[in-house]
Amino acid sequence: MTDNLTESIQEQVKDAYYSSRALKIMGNSTKEFLGHPVSGEPLEISGHTGIVNYEPTELVITARSGTTLNQIEQALNENNQMLAFEPPHFGEDATLGGAIACGLSGPGRARFGAVRDFVLGTRIINGQGDLLHFGGEVMKNVAGYDLSRLQAGAMGTLGVLLEVSLKVLPKEDYTRTQVLDVSKQSAFEKMCQCTELPASATAYVDDRLYIRLSGSENTINSISTKIGGELLDNDAAFWLNVREHQHPFFRESNSLWRLSVPPATPPIDLPGQWLIEWNGAQRWLNTDANAKHIRTIIEPLGGHATCYHSPLHSKEDEHEIFHPLPEPLMKLHHRLKYAMDPNGIFNPGKMYPGL
Amino acid sequence: MSHPIEKHEAVSPGKKNELLKNLSVILPRHAILYLPEDLHVYECDGLSAYRQTPLLVVLPESTLQVQQVMKICKHLAIPVVARGAGTGLSGGALPLGNAVLLSLAKLSNIIEIDVANRTACVEPGVRNLAISEAAKPCGLYYAPDPSSQIACSIGGNVAENAGGVHCLKYGLTVNNILKLKMVTTDGDLITIGSNALDSPGYDLLALMTGSEGMLGIIVEITVKLLPIAESAQVLLASFNEIPQAGNAVAAIIGAGIIPAGLEMMDKLAIKAAEDFVHAGYPTDANAILLCELDGNSEEVSEKISEVENIMLEHGACDVRIAQNEQERELFWKGRKAAFPAVGRLAPDYYCMDGTIPRHRLSEVLQTIETLSREYGLPVANVFHAGDGNLHPLILYDANKPGELEKTEELGGKILEFCVEVGGTITGEHGVGIEKINQMCVQFTSTELQQFHAIKHAFDPDRLLNPGKAVPTLHRCAELGAMHVHNGELPFPELPRF
Ligand SMILES: Cc1cc2nc3c(=O)[nH]c(=O)nc-3n(C[C@H](O)[C@H](O)[C@H](O)COP(=O)(O)OP(=O)(O)OC[C@H]3O[C@@H](n4cnc5c(N)ncnc54)[C@H](O)[C@@H]3O)c2cc1C
Repeated sequence: MTDNLTESIQEQVKDAYYSSRALKIMGNSTKEFLGHPVSGEPLEISGHTGIVNYEPTELVITARSGTTLNQIEQALNENNQMLAFEPPHFGEDATLGGAIACGLSGPGRARFGAVRDFVLGTRIINGQGDLLHFGGEVMKNVAGYDLSRLQAGAMGTLGVLLEVSLKVLPKEDYTRTQVLDVSKQSAFEKMCQCTELPASATAYVDDRLYIRLSGSENTINSISTKIGGELLDNDAAFWLNVREHQHPFFRESNSLWRLSVPPATPPIDLPGQWLIEWNGAQRWLNTDANAKHIRTIIEPLGGHATCYHSPLHSKEDEHEIFHPLPEPLMKLHHRLKYAMDPNGIFNPGKMYPGL
Repeated sequence: MSHPIEKHEAVSPGKKNELLKNLSVILPRHAILYLPEDLHVYECDGLSAYRQTPLLVVLPESTLQVQQVMKICKHLAIPVVARGAGTGLSGGALPLGNAVLLSLAKLSNIIEIDVANRTACVEPGVRNLAISEAAKPCGLYYAPDPSSQIACSIGGNVAENAGGVHCLKYGLTVNNILKLKMVTTDGDLITIGSNALDSPGYDLLALMTGSEGMLGIIVEITVKLLPIAESAQVLLASFNEIPQAGNAVAAIIGAGIIPAGLEMMDKLAIKAAEDFVHAGYPTDANAILLCELDGNSEEVSEKISEVENIMLEHGACDVRIAQNEQERELFWKGRKAAFPAVGRLAPDYYCMDGTIPRHRLSEVLQTIETLSREYGLPVANVFHAGDGNLHPLILYDANKPGELEKTEELGGKILEFCVEVGGTITGEHGVGIEKINQMCVQFTSTELQQFHAIKHAFDPDRLLNPGKAVPTLHRCAELGAMHVHNGELPFPELPRF
């Protein structure tokens, strides 16, 4: 059944390749709001589901890309394991393929690593309709170029993900969250120290600093005492809301920007409200500042800015969702796109014009 | 000897002169080597069975000079082979007779240690260990620790995606770098990644890591640093049977423990290491496991006794926890010196680097033993047990006619078996020239074509390390070693004779 599906996906890609027709790769459309709108013939992946292999003691799970994150997380949960990068779902039936393609990571990223750090192997279809397998189910593999990790965050523009193998981690024995009422300055200092603690997430919003600690119960309790503040009840719900953009902060009506900067960057001089995560490395900004201004401020800091939502969305703004790339780097992107998808059929323009 | 490099046209004396003339305009005299006695040292990397004199060697002292060298070579269509410290074990830095060997050894400055952001910005010729040494006063270190860390360069680590005993918990090179500066085949300088945790566009950082000098010359690297753990403890467990040790590994991971290091050695490796460094290893055991835990002191003590119990439950006949830092270092010394120690048992040894799903370990070791008997060549096994990376060390004597060829054949069979059980031909040493034939076994022709297309995107004239890492389809067809994929004949597009 699924083999038939693989074949029909492959057929559709081949047809599109021969006639240079654009394809819009679709999981369950929970993250369609990210990036530029794509027009093209829909290529449905959501029926391509199922966990192919899960061996808890190998710390690896392999699943078809239409499998929902919920299903994967449930299987892991039964074995006390997790996707340590905590992918945002942004909807009930978010798929594995979408999570990898969008390359988003949640609260645990600063401690455990990003999506791409956990990708071990992929089965993909390239722009000529070839079925290809890169990487594998083992932790270490340096045979051939790493075309699996390259798919993470490429938003489907470099291939159709059919199957992904991910490294998984055991859940920590015990988790609790402390909340501290602190000034911005002091929050930054504390977050800076968090890399030395068994802190598995941090967030600063509305003058409150949230520190999630994970490890063995005794250790975590004794560290909590040292950190001070109060114990947060039902902390899982808090982190879920932050991850899923359900926290009240995300309900503001201005544009929502994600700023990625070196963690120790001092508070940034831009107007608006902030929610800061990843020990300072990921900063959400609700603002009415325009893209150009934001980027002029952020670039000298060594960071970049992505627009998530904008009520002002107009055609003029469209080229401004992802941070512009310097010319020589862009040139390389075009050549890479050509190498994977010579007729430019996959999600054209989703990230940048021409990719 | 079966030299695997494909034949290429020699460079004419006239062209060589023109190259020398151009290079001497941009490089100081001492940075160009062309006399046979000077070239001699660069004939091979860590895989000394393969040797080749380079056309000439350049040792640029700045990024600008690297750019200029690339421009000259591009203009004259002369290939370039990058070289770090030359400790690679797959012939990645093996020179080509028609190519410039570009040594990055002189680019050896630590540019900056950023304590607040926990990063170090370094030039490619900096030794792996030198980064941790420089960061130590700030309480920080660089996690990936290949056994060759005193000698190997960080540029070479990036080019090979090097691993080490601490990679199970802290990741490989690819998980520990943030930013690269790279000189392209055109001589342009581009920046990949950033000092933030992620960057816009495609993940070129991942693509460059492990690219074996085929896509660009890395001239600057920003690595992540970690705080030195408050406490680290190591435990040594001995087993009478290898499967017991294998099961103990699975049980530790199954119990939700991720050790900082989890290493296995078999009888031959134990004995060699013990004779060499007197680490106190039990020479009557068939397998030992070294398990290190690090982190907060309380947590480490708690977990180490948990690990001790698991080892005993799975049949360990002896478990020892290092009582102090000195003993801990001694336990590790035996493991870290395993290659040279095994090297003392025979005139030559050949180090393999397969990775397998851990639960197939017993079967793989059994097959290796059978093959070893069949070929009459002893094999010692050192194993990054936590992440399934196996290093069988084949003992041989290169002076005996035919023995190297026999060794290569045995090695090839071992790697092919690793692929058969769902693993890979190389976990951390790279393909280079050594495993070029096995690439035909691991990948289909369309996959190899995709790799060539990627190479073409970076290096259309095939000037960077040509002939390495990815075999031509022609080569694979000639080998006839292709696996039949989905019932299709390999390379249907190629004519058959
Ligand atoms: C005793 C011993 C133990 C070892 N243990 C380990 C281990 O535990 N783990 C492990 O992973 N490896 C190990 N190795 C292998 C080796 O040390 C690593 O592969 C190392 O990363 C190579 O670094 P190098 O500087 O010596 O690179 P080289 O050998 O000089 O080059 C390796 C490859 O990288 C390319 N290259 C080098 N520098 C650059 C650059 N700046 N830009 C672009 N390309 C470049 C070369 O062209 C070549 O293809 C060991 C080797 C020895 C001899």
